[in-house]
Amino acid sequence: MTEHIDSIRTYVLVLLALLVLTAVTTLVAFVDLGEFSVVVALAIAVCKMLLVALFFMHVRHSTKLTKLVVLGGLLWLIILLMLTLSDFTTRGWIGVPGR
Amino acid sequence: MLTTTARWSGRRSKLASEAQTHVETIALREQFDTEAQQKDASTLGMWIFLITEVMFFGGMFTAYTVYRRAYSDAFAVASSSLNVTIGAINTAVLLVSSFTMVMAVRAAQLGQRRTLILFLVLTLIFGGMFLGVKAYEWNEKFEQHHVPGPSFHMDGVPQQGHAQLFFSLYFAMTGLHAAHMVIGVGLLSWLIWMAHKGRFTAEYNTPVDIAGLYWHFVDIIWIFLFPLLYLIDRHLPK
Repeated sequence: MTEHIDSIRTYVLVLLALLVLTAVTTLVAFVDLGEFSVVVALAIAVCKMLLVALFFMHVRHSTKLTKLVVLGGLLWLIILLMLTLSDFTTRGWIGVPGR
Repeated sequence: MLTTTARWSGRRSKLASEAQTHVETIALREQFDTEAQQKDASTLGMWIFLITEVMFFGGMFTAYTVYRRAYSDAFAVASSSLNVTIGAINTAVLLVSSFTMVMAVRAAQLGQRRTLILFLVLTLIFGGMFLGVKAYEWNEKFEQHHVPGPSFHMDGVPQQGHAQLFFSLYFAMTGLHAAHMVIGVGLLSWLIWMAHKGRFTAEYNTPVDIAGLYWHFVDIIWIFLFPLLYLIDRHLPK
């Protein structure tokens, strides 16, 4: 078995980073950033997701096949969101009845 | 004659030792070549399941995105009625439970049975705390008439239907997340029982590892739910 075991220090640092990011995302929501508030909120959430996936879920020590499956899954999620939104954001552009 | 017998017995002992290398254990089933290969197969299988879960929740996140775009004013008011302090504290509780879970996986990898049980129990407690707080929040919604249905009412929203849509999504998404937490609590209870019986060793701890992946996945879903449900346009004057 070539299993990689991380140190307790690594896990504690990741937890602290996650807690700090939670505080930041909560506080920044009360600041008026206009359109960018949702961008900032999602950017912080993606950072937290990466920390959990790479360290807690050991993706950084996983096989190439597992990494490929994870990336493939995220790709399909992006396709789902992008194609649906490309529909809903562009419906108003042309005067089609029953928009 | 003697030499032939010696050769035959030698061959037989060689065959016996070959047979021994294929003795089936829980860490190395017949169909796998090595323990590492079996572990990789289990991990990959779990990830493929988690990807189907991503798409399962993905449909709800897409519905949320479409309606938030369409009815952003009502969503902002409805979102701001949620208790942000409780939400943030609950997020922290869930993140700490993910930390205790990864510490349990680490203890299992090192074959430390007592530490493994300790961290599994801690994870169970934090998971239970999260569900308790969630139940309190839901109860509050019933008292405030913020549950979609005939008795729904929310001040400051001209179109009640738009706010109902927010709360429909709120209950569907947090409800589905809580259902996953309940399953996770069941998995943890089973793991604690198995660890208590001494089933997990440094050589074989795949169930702990796999359940850990599930627990962290449920954590990631909440990492997105928290800002999307609780933190829409908090800066606006209400």
